[in-house]
Amino acid sequence: MTATAARADERIADVGVLRRLLVKPEFGALIGAVVIFVFFSIQSDVFRSPAGVANWLDGASTVGLMAVPVAMLMIGGHFDLSAGVQIGTAGLATGIMTTYWGLNVYASLVASLLLMLAIGFVNGYLVTRTGLPSFIITLGMFLGLQGINLGVTKQVTNTVQVSNLDLVPGYHLLKNILGSTVSVAGKPFQIAILWWVLFTALGSWALLKTRFGNWIFATGGDPNASKNVGVPTNRTTIALFMLTSAMAWFVGNTQIVRFGTIQAQVGIGQELIFIVAAVIGGCLLTGGYGSAIGASVGALIFGMTQQGIVYANWNSDWFKLFVGAMLLLAVLANQFVRRFAEQSRR
Amino acid sequence: MSDIEITEASEVSPGADDVPLLEIRDVTKMFGSVISLSDISTTVRAGQVTCVLGDNGAGKSTFIKILSGVYQPDRGDVLMDGEPVRFSSPREALDAGVATVFQDLAVVPLMAVWRNFFLGSEPTKGWGPFRRFDAETAKKITRAEMADMGIDIRDLDQPVGTLSGGERQSVAIARAVHFGARLLILDEPTSALGVKQAGTVLKYIVQARDKGLGVIFITHNPHHAYPVGDRFLLLKRGKSLGDFAKSEISLAELTRLMAGGAELEQLAHELEREGDKSETSALGRELLDDTKTLG
Ligand SMILES: Nc1ncnc2c1ncn2[C@@H]1O[C@H](COP(=O)(O)OP(=O)(O)OP(=O)(O)O)[C@@H](O)[C@H]1O
Ligand SMILES: [Mg+2]
Repeated sequence: MTATAARADERIADVGVLRRLLVKPEFGALIGAVVIFVFFSIQSDVFRSPAGVANWLDGASTVGLMAVPVAMLMIGGHFDLSAGVQIGTAGLATGIMTTYWGLNVYASLVASLLLMLAIGFVNGYLVTRTGLPSFIITLGMFLGLQGINLGVTKQVTNTVQVSNLDLVPGYHLLKNILGSTVSVAGKPFQIAILWWVLFTALGSWALLKTRFGNWIFATGGDPNASKNVGVPTNRTTIALFMLTSAMAWFVGNTQIVRFGTIQAQVGIGQELIFIVAAVIGGCLLTGGYGSAIGASVGALIFGMTQQGIVYANWNSDWFKLFVGAMLLLAVLANQFVRRFAEQSRR
Repeated sequence: MSDIEITEASEVSPGADDVPLLEIRDVTKMFGSVISLSDISTTVRAGQVTCVLGDNGAGKSTFIKILSGVYQPDRGDVLMDGEPVRFSSPREALDAGVATVFQDLAVVPLMAVWRNFFLGSEPTKGWGPFRRFDAETAKKITRAEMADMGIDIRDLDQPVGTLSGGERQSVAIARAVHFGARLLILDEPTSALGVKQAGTVLKYIVQARDKGLGVIFITHNPHHAYPVGDRFLLLKRGKSLGDFAKSEISLAELTRLMAGGAELEQLAHELEREGDKSETSALGRELLDDTKTLG
């Protein structure tokens, strides 16, 4: 017995720290983020100045806030292609209720939250009930909401936007919470960055430290096995879709509060960016593996590249090419890292 | 206690005059037009082992999946403590104290050993919004339970998918043993295990039985089943070939009913004759030894 124990210890020591690091889903993305930061810092002084940092952190936070629940959903084994358009739905709903229907701003916020939770529930319910790929179900939701966003906005406002939220009573408190800036090193940083950090921490804590997190990994990893050991897989899936919609509510309302106005087609196309951030951050497309921090680092990479290209005076038309290349690189790197980590175990 | 007739009808071994832990009456299960099980009946008593034996595709896994809440029977009744029960999910069965080692083990390959061990039954600490998965307790118990099985887990954070087949099976067994409060169901738990670990599993079955649990043990190996079993349910193509108390059947008969004892013995001899140098000779000897000591 002692002999076995001694041998066991040796077997662990072989791989040790390196493996422990490598096996973290977000490890590859962290390296990537450092490389990209150094790269653009060399290219441009503005990029690493406080003003520059405030700028790309802002861009990263809008993606990152959504990337966290999208990553959790992906770990749970599903996609939400309606995650982007739901941002518009949430903002438009609050905007129309306050500026056109004259509803109290807080009542409107609660109402739009309920609306979003209902949308998330429908997504989750249909996915669990029909057993169809979430890809198809949420594609339907995506197209449907896209139509509703435009149709209702035009119907109510005769334009393709809802504006003047800044004239609504109670607006200023909201602006302080969601759309103000914090001065760091003499430069204004969007408060949304703080929210992003907070929600990333919360998401990570939920995934790794709670039983709900355990259920998310299990449901995405093997739904059948999970069900057989008593994990409420359907409830977990529905909760994840509702969580995504709740975050869309937060982000949509942050946008309308910050700018006082919102376009009917806001968020369309963003859903893929969220998925890209999650994948760059180490999420497995097949579910069961990934991290919230990784998704946020993915969003950070996205934000840095988007602004870095501008600061480096490159033609920003090529931005998406970089994103595409990074996505492929990340997937390959993650695959390699995972294989290496698993081999070094044997 | 009102069901005196049931106790008599189930004609079990002497001394067991109470209501059986589990009674299965004429259970039928169909998948579309396929009749996977038809009119199966047996009993499981607290402190006894009921073995389910049969060929591949005989319906053994389907049978236990009805008892563990994965499937619901199309006809027939399952009675627990004399009361009809209908588990509509594995969760309900677990809550009633029924723990199962499924044939496919029901582990999530990418998750750590300790996370798998407590999956679906996570211990928590803290309260309200701060309630969290008690990882220390989970790891401690997992390590202890695995050590009891004779498996020395190198690293509890290792994904279950990277364990060897036998280690993986041991995780599933240790988990069921830990959570099974009243009934323990094992679906071919020894199929991937070494001789020593298989022995440990048999020991576990005996321990669970002695603790007063009911046990359902599925195996292809009559030499594993006979020494520990109190009751034997034989299935073939979804039908019952018989439901025997141990006193009613010998190992030889059991083996013959299953696959033909003579064939098996001949196979054992053939294996031993073939290769003196090969591993198969060891297997053949083992089989022969088994037949001698038990038969
Ligand atoms: N979900 C299902 N849908 C359709 N048919 C099924 C299903 N599950 C089992 N069957 C059929 O029921 C029969 C019994 O299967 P079962 O898995 O219970 O066999 P088994 O006795 O456990 O076999 P083995 O020893 O190989 O594990 C098989 O013919 C199988 O094809
Ligand atoms: Mg089977």
